[in-house]
Amino acid sequence: MQQYDTVIVLTPLLSDETAKEAIAKYSKILTDNGAEIVQEDNWGLKKLAYPIQKKTTGYYHLIEYKAPGDLINKLEIEFRRDERVLRFLTIALDKHATAYNDKKRSGAFNQKKTVKAEEAAK
Amino acid sequence: MANDQIQYVTAPKVDDNRKKYCRFKKNGIKYIDYKDANFLLKFINDQGKVLPRRLTGTSLKFQRKVAQAVKRARHIGLLPYVTDSLK
Repeated sequence: MQQYDTVIVLTPLLSDETAKEAIAKYSKILTDNGAEIVQEDNWGLKKLAYPIQKKTTGYYHLIEYKAPGDLINKLEIEFRRDERVLRFLTIALDKHATAYNDKKRSGAFNQKKTVKAEEAAK
Repeated sequence: MANDQIQYVTAPKVDDNRKKYCRFKKNGIKYIDYKDANFLLKFINDQGKVLPRRLTGTSLKFQRKVAQAVKRARHIGLLPYVTDSLK
């Protein structure tokens, strides 16, 4: 089963629980069809770099999961059908990406990465 | 013209001979996260355009990964497509 990660940008007009309920709907679709969710990360309301559908902020949510390949198309049809979703992006993760995400989750990454970035920037 | 101040026609290049290196190869970074917007800010100029390799010195392999990460970040609204005063 290939590992994917999906970022969803929901419209900010939703109240908090309707946003959570929309996200729960998608994670349910995933788990029903045999996907295994590795990690869910909620960034909440963030300012968009440019207005999308006349809105300047978006409710970001990230889902990282292992899924069979044919499930992705079904998921994206649901995204397109739902008008609450402003944007979505699904990426297949290769081994470097999964290693990066595991290191990030284990927290060993935060200091090293920023230190490395600064040192590289110097 | 009495003034003997030397006027350079083009700006004198001072330190362009320091060896540029690919920061990804040097630090062993293998994956460029498209969600990490403030790391990607180092690779775009203040108009939001991707910086060329001759300025950043990154190798071709990682320049493509950077460009793809920037385009993905733009799609989900983390980075602007075009702006005038980014930094």
